[in-house]
Amino acid sequence: MPDFLADWLNQNDIFTATTVIHYWDGLVTTVQLVFMSLLLGLVLALPLAIMRTAKSPYISRPIWLYTYLFRGTPLLIQLYIIYYGIAQIEGIQDTLWWTIFREPFYPALLAFTLNTAAYTTEIIRGAIVATPNGEIEAAKAYGMNWALRMRRIVLPSAARRAVQAYSNEVIFMLHASAIASVVTIVDLTGAARNIYSRFYTPFDAFIAVAVLYMLLTFILVYVFRRLERHLLRHQRPLSH
Amino acid sequence: MLDLKGYGPSLLEGAVVTVELALFSLLFAVALGLVGASSKLSGNRFLVGAATAYTTLIRGVPDLVMMLLFYYGGQVLVNSLSDYLYYEYEIDFFFQFDPFISGVLTIGLIFGAYMTETFRGAFLAVDIGQIEAARAYGFSRWHTFRRVMIPQMLRHALPGIGNNWQVLLKTTALASIIGLTDMVRVAEEAAKAERSPFMFFIPVALVYLALTAASELFIKWLDKRANVGVVHGD
Repeated sequence: MPDFLADWLNQNDIFTATTVIHYWDGLVTTVQLVFMSLLLGLVLALPLAIMRTAKSPYISRPIWLYTYLFRGTPLLIQLYIIYYGIAQIEGIQDTLWWTIFREPFYPALLAFTLNTAAYTTEIIRGAIVATPNGEIEAAKAYGMNWALRMRRIVLPSAARRAVQAYSNEVIFMLHASAIASVVTIVDLTGAARNIYSRFYTPFDAFIAVAVLYMLLTFILVYVFRRLERHLLRHQRPLSH
Repeated sequence: MLDLKGYGPSLLEGAVVTVELALFSLLFAVALGLVGASSKLSGNRFLVGAATAYTTLIRGVPDLVMMLLFYYGGQVLVNSLSDYLYYEYEIDFFFQFDPFISGVLTIGLIFGAYMTETFRGAFLAVDIGQIEAARAYGFSRWHTFRRVMIPQMLRHALPGIGNNWQVLLKTTALASIIGLTDMVRVAEEAAKAERSPFMFFIPVALVYLALTAASELFIKWLDKRANVGVVHGD
């Protein structure tokens, strides 16, 4: 640790080495929780979005119902239902699942994944539906079957249309993850709440995490802007 | 009426608190949004900077963190103000910074930032000729704003206001964390006491769905009314 940082930490009542480590642990938990739920949510959302665009109502309606329910209710309620509900399932305490779901991390991960998957499904569906008809006709004329068309034509161009809306969803998820602290997870917000209740200093405790969240947000915005530039590079004007 | 082991009436009261919180926050957010959007479009460097800082800061911080900051921090501020007034001027002033006020302040501030963007876009969509015509008639700036820009901008802003409202409604659930007895709080306490989470959380989730569905219909109706004078090409 550099000397000036150590000096500053020593002169400070609240931001001591102990609390800084506590914040760091919270940061790691937040990043893990958000990253894993986004990854799982995206993996889940891709097939769901394709099914949501299916012509058969027996396939598309159930997916619609799922996204409607998860987008129409607060994430906090979903978290409570999963967190308190899993413990109520008859006999789960005797199975192997209980060793996983006893930790609050996994119910939260499940709730966040299902929630972000619902939003992402609708984002991808919107992008798939907006594929220009001519592109699909051209692919058909080339003799591509449905799977090849999806993989080579529809999904790549849908990805370009979806990336902007998806970046908003990622930032929304980062901010929404703060409610994990409600079910005793020590994420960034949880760390701030612990430090607040120990020192009774709301401004130091919460403004510090607010700044950390803001940094994370700006990093994400930057990464997505780069990604967007990369995906849309063929549309960039030639001059400049 | 559903009894829900005797919790039915208090859940209903909680639902009323949820709706009240949402409506007051919306009012505050719309007011802030109008101020924010006019500042962004004012061309005054200080105002533009302040409004941009506001919308950028709000978008970087989670709603829950801001709510906790306002709730706990607000009370500390009120306490020190009250101490100061008492020792300096012997004025006995105190007020409890309750969860409802913190909720309205936080949710209003957050959605005020989103409303700022919505209204900015809507103001820009108003035909410049309309504003020039108003000025040519000798309308003052304030008069142009109130009589020409606001009525014409609302039509463009409605879809955005509708989206923000739907998100805002769900955000009110967070106020239960700082102790507001809205329906989420009542359901949580009931679920813990009765050890039956599904029995209480699922009705609450259904109330949220009903509220969002009803507001969707209402916004559609408003949108139809607002666009009544617009001629659509066939």
